[in-house]
Amino acid sequence: MIKGKAIDYKADNIDTDVIIPARYLNTSDPNELAKHCMEAYFPFKTGDADKIQHRVYKGELVDRIKKEGLDIIVAQENFGCGSSREHAPIAIKAAGVKAVIAKSFARIFYRNAINIGLPILECKEAVDGIDEGDEVEIDLSKGEIKNSKSGKSFQAVPFPEFMQELIKAGGLINYVKKKISS
Amino acid sequence: MTITEKIIASHSGKNCVSPGELVNCKVDIVLGNDITTPPAIKQFEKIGVDKVFNRNRIVLVPDHFTPAKDLKSANQVRMMKDFAKKYGISNFYEIGCMGIEHALLPEEGLVLPGDLIIGADSHTCTYGALGAFSTGVGSTDMAAAMATGEVWLKVPEQIRIELNGRLGRWAESKDVILYIIGKIGVDGARYKTLEFTGSGVKTLSMEARLTIANMAIEAGAKNGIFAPDDITRRYVKSISEPKRNTSKSKTGLISDEDAEYDQIIAVNLPDIEPQVAYPPLPSNTRPVSKAKDVKIDQAVIGSCTNGRIEDLRIAAKVLRGRKKHKDVRLIILPATQAVVKQALKEGLIDIFINSEAIVSTPTCGPCLGGHMGILGEGERAIATTNRNFIGRMGHPKSEVYLSNVAVAAASAVLGRIGSPEEL
Repeated sequence: MIKGKAIDYKADNIDTDVIIPARYLNTSDPNELAKHCMEAYFPFKTGDADKIQHRVYKGELVDRIKKEGLDIIVAQENFGCGSSREHAPIAIKAAGVKAVIAKSFARIFYRNAINIGLPILECKEAVDGIDEGDEVEIDLSKGEIKNSKSGKSFQAVPFPEFMQELIKAGGLINYVKKKISS
Repeated sequence: MTITEKIIASHSGKNCVSPGELVNCKVDIVLGNDITTPPAIKQFEKIGVDKVFNRNRIVLVPDHFTPAKDLKSANQVRMMKDFAKKYGISNFYEIGCMGIEHALLPEEGLVLPGDLIIGADSHTCTYGALGAFSTGVGSTDMAAAMATGEVWLKVPEQIRIELNGRLGRWAESKDVILYIIGKIGVDGARYKTLEFTGSGVKTLSMEARLTIANMAIEAGAKNGIFAPDDITRRYVKSISEPKRNTSKSKTGLISDEDAEYDQIIAVNLPDIEPQVAYPPLPSNTRPVSKAKDVKIDQAVIGSCTNGRIEDLRIAAKVLRGRKKHKDVRLIILPATQAVVKQALKEGLIDIFINSEAIVSTPTCGPCLGGHMGILGEGERAIATTNRNFIGRMGHPKSEVYLSNVAVAAASAVLGRIGSPEEL
């Protein structure tokens, strides 16, 4: 069971350059990456590009996890689009995020998160039914998300059987190890 | 089945596959760069095997922060080099013989029609231009594939794009893909295939197709693909010293007439005006004629999207006898050493230098805000690259506008976004 508090990143298409800008990718040290996680975040809506007012939240994610305990990311559609950098889910995990709930995930981010063991859940209703600061409980094996504040429960899109095996094995590397040794 | 489904089926030992199915596939090529390979090496070593699946089928290209921009980047390249030595990996490309990975691999005859390719770089989808199934993955997938020669894949749903007619003056294949992304959005093809078909395909050169397939990921696609045709067969034959046996490639693959598509989208090439994608998404497009009064500080011509010889010829056509605007930095990056050589031979580099551009050694550099042309606070660039996300080329308050080569070159002269027609 995962227990935490929601942090609102409710924008569509949060890309990997926002999650961890490429200029920091001269290292793959998780703690270094965590410091810069989400630092270029700006909540824009598709089609709103002309109205962008840039804002920079330097180090906000790690700081807010430390100070306010906001450690479950809630996001909209196509979270993690763009680059294949595995550094993105690694940075999120190392920052102290316990899970990411989104309406949908970009394809490579989805694979990477499962491969490195960052819990992700796809659930439209949960995203709409959780606000920043709400206490959230997640039963990963059942895909159940509960908003403890409102008392409402939500069911995430279940993982296909093969992926459940991957998750159970503890990620792709352990899965491959087992397969090779057997 | 579609061509994508056929390739996945043949690599997973099945007669037939359909969308949604999860299959384990043999890979023909596994690719990594200097950002994604170091974490893959760490993961590979955890698996505990003493050799890679095939030392000739792993390709390691340090291209993102190279020539090494700082100590940490240098160590990342060194780690790749040591790994290549240790496991006898034959295709490690040090600077001097390297190029931007997605321009380099086709040139080297490392990717062939009918292949199944994975690369720890999202633009690995580029090789679909040759009729290969190729897709981007992360470092852990790369590590597992280096050990086993296999990858698990979900068979994607299929979208068919029917291209009709021929592009007009100053419009390029870049505009075709920007136009499509503008129509369907950055998640319009999420998890899906974009298969490019129609009578217009035969008007597009291999290089033009590489540009289109390259940006399939910008619509969220798993892969982009063109069925091999005469242009493909000629291209494969023309590779001077191919690293693979080109005579064995499957240049006859086509989608069945009764193949099923999730969606069919018709695109009329003559109607496509040069496009400009405003920040912060590649889908935020408009015709260049509607891009008004956007002053620029920098123009970048190059990248895995638009750094090949045909691109440089277009740039030279616009820049010949002209100088870039006094307030603009013009950076031109030929994508590979072979492109540099050819551009020299054709006198293109002379034209660029005379227009007061700088010409760089091949590198991904500025495209991802790595080095060789980072934007300062509030600066704007027009670029032939593939992403205009917030802070992509530098400061979070800088902006990137995407365009084709002719528009980027013309804008460098004008000092603002504009068309070659205005020169």
